[in-house]
Amino acid sequence: MDLRDTPEEVAFRTEVRGWLEANIPTELTGPRSGEEAYARAWHDWSRKLSDAGYAGLTWPKEYGGSGAPYSHQAILLEELARAEAPQHMGVIGLGMAGPTIIAHGTDAQKTRYLQKIMTAEEIWCQGFSEPDAGSDLAAARTSARLEGDHFVVDGQKLWSSFAHIADWCILVTRSDPESTKHAGMTYLLVDMHAPGVEVRPLRQITGEAEFNEIFFTAVRVPVENVVGEIGQGWAVAMTTLLHERATLGFALTASLEVNLRKLITLARERTEGDPILRDRIAREWIELQALRLTNYRALTQLIKTGMPGPEGSVSKLQWSEANQRLTKLALEVLGPEAQLWNGDGAGYWQYQQLRSRGNTIEAGTSEILRNIIAERVLGLPRSR
Amino acid sequence: MDFSFTEEQEQLRREARTLLADRYPPERVAELADSAEGWDPASWGELAGLGWIGVSVPEEAGGAGLGFLEEAVLFEELGRALYPGPYFSTVALALPELPAELQRDVVEGKTRWSASLDGSLVPDLAIVDRVLVARDGKLVAVPAEGEALETMDSTRRLGRIAHGAEGEEVGDASAFERMRVRAFAALALEAVGIAQRALELTVEHAKTREQFGKPIGIYQAVSHRLSDSYAMTELARSLSYWAAWCVAEQDDEARVAAAAAKSYASDVAVTVCEYAIQVHGGTGFTWEHPLHRYYKRAQWIQSYGGYPAVQRAEIAAAILG
Repeated sequence: MDLRDTPEEVAFRTEVRGWLEANIPTELTGPRSGEEAYARAWHDWSRKLSDAGYAGLTWPKEYGGSGAPYSHQAILLEELARAEAPQHMGVIGLGMAGPTIIAHGTDAQKTRYLQKIMTAEEIWCQGFSEPDAGSDLAAARTSARLEGDHFVVDGQKLWSSFAHIADWCILVTRSDPESTKHAGMTYLLVDMHAPGVEVRPLRQITGEAEFNEIFFTAVRVPVENVVGEIGQGWAVAMTTLLHERATLGFALTASLEVNLRKLITLARERTEGDPILRDRIAREWIELQALRLTNYRALTQLIKTGMPGPEGSVSKLQWSEANQRLTKLALEVLGPEAQLWNGDGAGYWQYQQLRSRGNTIEAGTSEILRNIIAERVLGLPRSR
Repeated sequence: MDFSFTEEQEQLRREARTLLADRYPPERVAELADSAEGWDPASWGELAGLGWIGVSVPEEAGGAGLGFLEEAVLFEELGRALYPGPYFSTVALALPELPAELQRDVVEGKTRWSASLDGSLVPDLAIVDRVLVARDGKLVAVPAEGEALETMDSTRRLGRIAHGAEGEEVGDASAFERMRVRAFAALALEAVGIAQRALELTVEHAKTREQFGKPIGIYQAVSHRLSDSYAMTELARSLSYWAAWCVAEQDDEARVAAAAAKSYASDVAVTVCEYAIQVHGGTGFTWEHPLHRYYKRAQWIQSYGGYPAVQRAEIAAAILG
């Protein structure tokens, strides 16, 4: 056991920190100057990260990745958080579509898609959830009918981040209309600019529209865009979700760390020694350390065995609830002013608190995560 | 960064777990806990023979010359087994602060020690020989004389030390700060062992106990509590291993890491035991079932050196000023 960076990790951390100091644009760290300007700056920033070799850090070199160990990915995310710089905007591409293509895709698909994910030239979105298939993904009904060398796709997806700006979508479809549950599903890569694709924003409780509904009406998708085998889409989708949760831990913890640091700054100005608030802040600090260290234990396991350990399943569950508590605590520290959108912090905590309610729903509800721990880690009987 | 134990440390864990499961099945712990002495004095010679007492003592003083990480493995396993005996008092509190000539006797199993950390209550007072106390800025060894008290956790009884006993100066009182950090790390590890064992017993129960024609673990009202117990235990484990590493390395963060680990892990052990009692139903509420022994030890740990809010106040001072 040695919880210090290795000399090689120190070198990488120093390099990243220096690079970030020299390269973060002020548009991304200061107050936002309008959504469009921000989006443009974010896009440029993502390309810069890619040019520096910081996108697809752990991806194989043959597809343009850096072939770096997972520990570098963790260091990069920590340093981005420390600098309060956003991550690469292609989170779905880098965290989900890319790893799935690497695991199950054809050589042609790897060559066609991976590089453009890293450079942010193409942005991806995820078409998994449906109005009647949320946690129960196997109930998905979006149909893909094979006609010659094309699938014809009809259906509706929702809760899709980035769909309004996305170029591609990883889509879970039912290709065998007679099938039910896990059989007869096919995993497709769909061009979001194809005729018949319509995106409608979903306004959420924060007031903004971060998510979207996607409607597919007779959208033609060439068969070479199938990932894995026709009818074997369920297994491919599981790879996507595994990667979603595996790579998420460090990114989420890093964002929580940013919020905790902001909360501590706020509390120093505001709490004037209130022992109850001090106790609650200390509690959140401890919870954050526990989460951060648990991620490290999972990372050690991953590096040593190539398989994520069971402790990793705890990460998202813990983070989501910690973020909800922490953001509510920040509003309490603000006091009655917390109701003002234009008060101290210009709506930052108000937005963060409302947004945090989504944390226990998105990327696997807390109920589903508890089922997963109960069944796969503890070996309790299946409840369904 | 490497957050794993070495193969030798894992080997020590396996050996300890096997031996302790053999020596201390729940019936034996219950028998000892309910006895007048509260422990089996013959066990001390066995621990000395295994080399467990002198794990981190330098070889010149008869120890194994290893470190706190090896001890950490033993604290966790001894907690898991609910070992009744003055290992925590002797090894975590006193031993590293003793002069080499006194250490040798301890390592050989001839003398047992405890300490009065921040008041008059002394763990294991009745079953140790000497106690470290603070007197006029000095670290003083006094005979273990005083009043044995009845305690909730009868596997680790407290005593009230007699004041004014003649003592021998063995160092200065700065030892108590190091002692407190070590004690918190050790207790956090014990708490993890307890939580893990209580969870295992409960998972087993939820798989086999049937109601309404199904194993109760199929009901999410039951299984989700166990998922939460698992999550909490793993988080507590991470903090405890961090604290152990910081103590072993004399890292600057040792004080705050130990405070965080002790406060969090002891709360977790108590909660996991409470969930365990609930899921076991009436059985879990009986004297006969071993769960209450884990629960009481968890509460002992929670209280020692101040309940977790005391450690959180220390952390608040470190992060908020």
